[in-house]
Amino acid sequence: MKLVIERREISSPFLRFSAPIASIGVALFVAGFLLLASGVSPLAAYKEIIIESLGSLYGLSETLVKTTPLIFAGLGVSLAFRMQIWNIGAEGQIYMGAMGATWVALFSGLQNHWLMMIAMFFAAFLCGGLWAGVAGFLRARWQVNEVIVTLLMNYIAILWVDYLIYGPWKDPKGFNFPLTAQFSDTARFAEYFNTRMHSGFFLALFCALVLYLFIEKTVWGYEIKVIGSNQKAAQYAGMNTGMAIFFVLFLSGAIAGIAGFSEVAGLQHRLQHGLSPGYGYTAIIIAWLAKRSAIGVVIVSFLMGVLLVGGDSLQLLWQLPVAFVYAFQGLILFFLLASDFFIIYRVKLIKGVAHA
Amino acid sequence: MLEILLDATVRAGTPILFATLGAIINERAGIINLGIEGLMLIGALAGFSGTYLSGSLLVGVLAAFCATFIAGSIHAVITVQLRGNQIVSGLALTMFGVGITALFGKGMVGLTIVGFKRVAIPGLSQLPIIGKAFFNQDMLIYFSFLLVFLIWVFFYRTRWGLGVRSVGENPAAADTCGFSVSKYRFFAVTIGSGLVGIGGAYLSLASTPMWIENMSAGRGWIAVALVIFAGWSSPRAMLGAYLFGGITAMQLRFQAMGTTVSAHILQMLPYFFTILVLVISTLRLKKGASQQPEGLGLPYDREDRK
Amino acid sequence: MPFLFSLLPYMSDILRIENIRKTFPGVIALDEVSFSVARGEIHTLLGENGAGKSTLMNVLTGLYHPDRGQIRIAGEPIHFTSPRDALAFGIGMVHQHFMLVPAHSVFENILLALDNVPNFYSRKTYKEKIQKLIDEFDLDLDLDTPVWKLSIGAQQWIELIKLLMRDCQLLILDEPTAVLTPQEAERLFSVLRHLKKQEKSIIFISHKMREVMEISDCVTILKKGRSIATLTCGDFDESKLASLMIGKDKIPQWQKNLQMSDEIVLDIQNLSVRNDRGLSDLDGFNLRLKKGEILGIAGVAGNGQKALAEVLTGLKNTSQGRIMAGGKDITNSNARYSYIAGIAHIPEDRKSIGIAPDMSVDENLIMKSFKSRSFRNWIFQNKKAIRQNAAEKIEQFAIKTGPDGTPVRYLSGGNIQKVIIARELSEHPAVLVALYPTRGLDIGSAGYVHKVIADGAGRGMSTILIAEDLDELLKLSDRIAVMFRGKLIGYVNPRKTTREEIGLMMSGETPGDAA
Repeated sequence: MKLVIERREISSPFLRFSAPIASIGVALFVAGFLLLASGVSPLAAYKEIIIESLGSLYGLSETLVKTTPLIFAGLGVSLAFRMQIWNIGAEGQIYMGAMGATWVALFSGLQNHWLMMIAMFFAAFLCGGLWAGVAGFLRARWQVNEVIVTLLMNYIAILWVDYLIYGPWKDPKGFNFPLTAQFSDTARFAEYFNTRMHSGFFLALFCALVLYLFIEKTVWGYEIKVIGSNQKAAQYAGMNTGMAIFFVLFLSGAIAGIAGFSEVAGLQHRLQHGLSPGYGYTAIIIAWLAKRSAIGVVIVSFLMGVLLVGGDSLQLLWQLPVAFVYAFQGLILFFLLASDFFIIYRVKLIKGVAHA
Repeated sequence: MLEILLDATVRAGTPILFATLGAIINERAGIINLGIEGLMLIGALAGFSGTYLSGSLLVGVLAAFCATFIAGSIHAVITVQLRGNQIVSGLALTMFGVGITALFGKGMVGLTIVGFKRVAIPGLSQLPIIGKAFFNQDMLIYFSFLLVFLIWVFFYRTRWGLGVRSVGENPAAADTCGFSVSKYRFFAVTIGSGLVGIGGAYLSLASTPMWIENMSAGRGWIAVALVIFAGWSSPRAMLGAYLFGGITAMQLRFQAMGTTVSAHILQMLPYFFTILVLVISTLRLKKGASQQPEGLGLPYDREDRK
Repeated sequence: MPFLFSLLPYMSDILRIENIRKTFPGVIALDEVSFSVARGEIHTLLGENGAGKSTLMNVLTGLYHPDRGQIRIAGEPIHFTSPRDALAFGIGMVHQHFMLVPAHSVFENILLALDNVPNFYSRKTYKEKIQKLIDEFDLDLDLDTPVWKLSIGAQQWIELIKLLMRDCQLLILDEPTAVLTPQEAERLFSVLRHLKKQEKSIIFISHKMREVMEISDCVTILKKGRSIATLTCGDFDESKLASLMIGKDKIPQWQKNLQMSDEIVLDIQNLSVRNDRGLSDLDGFNLRLKKGEILGIAGVAGNGQKALAEVLTGLKNTSQGRIMAGGKDITNSNARYSYIAGIAHIPEDRKSIGIAPDMSVDENLIMKSFKSRSFRNWIFQNKKAIRQNAAEKIEQFAIKTGPDGTPVRYLSGGNIQKVIIARELSEHPAVLVALYPTRGLDIGSAGYVHKVIADGAGRGMSTILIAEDLDELLKLSDRIAVMFRGKLIGYVNPRKTTREEIGLMMSGETPGDAA
C-alpha cells in the first residue's frame, strides 16, 4: 500500500474557513500540555486570559492598547507580503520609529500640540522607513536576501536605542534606569475613559483603511499586486521592479515605525528599554494569518492582543515567563501550516507493485 | 596577544560553526531552515539539563542532539511531507524554541555544572601562535574540526551525499533516479538540526557553563547568513565562523580594555559585519561562484511536473 | 536483472498497454489507450501537442498513477508506484526536459542514475565503466565537465548513457530531435539502430512525420488522449499518418498578402550579449527586418534566440552593438520604452513571464497600458473602463474565460496565449517578436496564432517568428534567417531552400562553403 498525494482542483471553501479555526483549537490543546508541564492548569489559564482581556472595561482597554501597535506592525509586514517580500525587521523598525518620535518630543522645542504630533509622526515614519529602506535598497540593487538583513538590523536597532537611553538621552532624574525623560503634555496622545487607551488606536484603524484603499484602488496598488504575482512578468511589462521593492520596504518599515510613535506618545510617554516585547515578530504571524486583508489584520491583531494581555496576567499569577506566548504563537503557525496542506491536497491509498 | 585573540576566536566561532554546518546540510537538500536560532536554544537547554541531571557531558551533548533532531523533525514534516511554506515554518520553529526554552528553562536558571575542559594535544599544542588556539581546546572543538572534514567527504565522496546534493539541486532528477526526495530531505533537516543543537549545547556546556534565557542572542541568524558566505561548503563555513568569532573576540577585548566607545555600539559590530559579509557573498554569487542549490526553498511535488 | 526478461524468447511482446485512463483536474488526459511493443522494435507514438504522449509515458514509467487500465511487462500485469519500480523492470525514459543536475559533472549525473552503488564507492571503477560505454558509442563526452557547460545535444547523450548503464531493455525517447540539428538527428538514429540490433526495444515519441517514416517499425497514433490506430511498417505513408493524426480537420491554408515593402523597420547591428555564466548568447549578431514581413528564425534551441527576444524587448542589456527601430535607437532601453517604440512580444514561457497568474483576465489585459489616461483618474484606477476594455478584447479574440475575476492561471494554455496576444497587439505594434508561440498548444489554437500573425502582416505589421518546428517556419515565413551560436549564418527563401541546406546552416556552416 502506498500513500499518494494529489492537488485538489478547487480548494474547498468549507476547509478554507474551518481549518484556521481548527488549527488554533489544536494549538490551544497542545499548549495546554505545556502549561500542565509547568504546573499551571490549562483551563484556569485560558479562563484567566479571557477574563483579563475581555471581562471588564479596563481589561478591554488594555487589550486595545496592545492591539494598536500590532495593527500598525501587522499592516506594514502585510504590505511587504503582497509583493512576496519578507519584512522580518518590524521589531527594529518600531524601535527606530519610537526613537525618531522621541527626538522630536524631547529636543525639537515645539510648543504647539498639533505641530508636535505631526512632526513626531513624520519623524517616526521616516526613521522606520529608512531603516527598512536599507534592506530594500540591498534587495532591489543586489538581490540580497531581505529576511536576514531586516532581522539582523533588529538587533542593531535595539542596541542603538539602548545606547541612547543608557547614554546621551538618559533621564538625569531617572535613578539610573535605562529611560529618557518624560514627554511633556504637548507630546502625548489623549487618553480615554480613565484607562490607558489612547488615540493611537483610532490612528491604527485609519491606517488600515488607507492601506486598503491604496492596494485595491490605486495605480500603485495594482503595480504592487502584479509584481507580487509574478515579478518577471511585471518587469517584462515595463514596471520598475527595483524601485517598487525599495518603495514597498520603505513604506512597510514606515508603517511599523508609526507603531513606535504610537507607543511612546500614547502609552509610555518616554523612550525606554524593552519598549516592544516582540510586537514586530507577532506582526509576522498576524500578516500570515490575515493573508491579504486589511480588516483581517485588525481582527487578528485584536486576537493577539487578547493573548498578550492574558500572558501578562499569567506571569503575575503563576510566574509564567512572558516568552511562553512565543511558544504558543509558534504552535499556532505549525498547525496552520499543517492545515494548509489539507486545504490544497487530497490523500489517496493505492496498490503497490508486483515484485520480480 | 595574538595567541589569546586566536584562542578566543576559535572558542567564539565554534557554536556558530556547528550551526552553520547544520544549516548547510538543510539547504543542500533544498530546505531553508530559519529555525536555527530556536534550535540553538533548545540544544543549549537540553544539553545543560542533560549534563546537570546525569553528571555526564556526553549525555548532555547527546540530549542536545536528540532534542533538536526531534524539534527539527517538526520543520521537516511541515515543509517536506506537507509541502508547507519553509520560511514561515522556520520562523515558527524559532518562536517556539524561544518560548519553550524560556518556559522549561526557568528551573535551570542559576544552576551550574562543570563544563568542557581543555585537552592539550601533546607536541602540537606547543606550536607558536596557533598551538593554543587549535590544539589546546575541548573535545567538542576537536569534534568540530573532524566534522568539517567528514561533511566534505560525505557530500563529495559518498552516494548518500550525492543524493542529498541532487535532491537540493534538481529533486525531479533525483526522484527519477530512484532517490526518495522526502526521505533524503527529512533526514537532512533533522540531522542538520541535530548539529545546530550541538552548537547550542556548546554555549551552555563550554562557553559559559550555565543556562540563561535567550542565550544564543542572534547567533542562529548569523549562521543562516554565513551559509551564503560559505557557498554551502563546509571548509568555507569554518572560515566564516572563525571570522565572526574573531570580530566577537575583538569586540569583547575592546570592552575589557575599557575604551570610550559604548559597549552597546561595540556589540553592534558582529551584526554589521554579518550584513557586510552577506552583501559581498551575494554579489559574488551572481558572478558564478558557488551557486545556491537550484531547488532551494521550492517544495517538490511529483505531479506538478507536466 | 529481472527474471521476467529471460522468459522473453517465448513471448513476443515486451510491453502491452491496455485501456489506460488518466485524468487531471478538469481534463481527461488519456482515454482507453492501448498498444503493444515487441522486442527489438522501434515503435513510434505519433500525435499532436496535447494528444497525451508524454502523459502516457509518465504513467508507464511510474511518475503518474492511472485511474484505470493495465500495463503488462512480458505478460505480467504491473503496477508501478514510482520511477524506481519502472527502472527495476528495465524501462527507462529520456524526457523532453532532461533530468540532469546542471551544477554537477557528467560523471556525477550518470552515477546518480546507477543501481547498487555502494555508499563508499570507488570513483575509479565507475569512471572506467562509464568511459567504456561512451567509447563504444563514440560519443564526445568528458566525465568531469559540469553539465551546464554542455550543448543540449550532448546532454541528451548523458541521458541515454544513464539508461544504457542500467541495462534498460525498453527505452523511451520523448521528442529527442526537438533539440538537434538534422545531422545530429541522423547520428541519433544510427545509435538507435545499433541498439535495435542488441534486441532492445524503443518507444520513440514524435510529432514530426518525416522522422517517423525514417525510423519506425510500427506507429501508434494518439489523438486527444485516445489511441486511434496502430500501423506496422510498410503499412503507412506520410499522408495516411497525417490524415489519421489530424483527422477530418483541414490543415489551415491562409492567404498571405505579399504586402512586404523594402523599408527596414528593425535594424540589428553587431549585437553581443553575455549571460549570467559569462558565455556569449549573442555574438556580433546582425538582422534586418522589412516592413510587413514575417521573418522566421531557424536554429536549434539554445543558440541565442531567447537572448535576442529579450534584448529586443528591453528585458536584457547588451554590451555591444545597436538596435534601431523605426528610426529610434532602442539599444538598452527598458521594456516600457520598447513597447512604446512599437515592439510587442509573445514570450516563450507563457505562465512564467507572460501573465500575473493570480490576477484576473481584466487586470492582465492592461498590464502594459495601465498607466494610460483611459484607465485611471489621477491615482485611482478606473475599474469601469478596465472592464469595458476586457469585454471588448474577450469578444475580439474569442477568449474562453471563467466567471469574472477568475485568476488567469486557470485558463487553458491556448486561452492564456490569447490573453497575451490580445494585450500585445492592442496598440497595433509595428514589430512583433514571437518566441515559440505555438509550443504546447493544440492544433486549433496554434492555427489561431498563425492567423493572427498572418493578418498582422497583411496590415503592415512585421513579425520575427522564432520557432523550433521547421515546417511551421517554412509554411509561414517570407524569409528565414538561420542562427547558430549567437551569430546570423544567412537568409534563405522558404520556397526555394531545402531541409538539407537549412540543416547545414543550423550547424554553423555558411552557404557557399565547399562540400
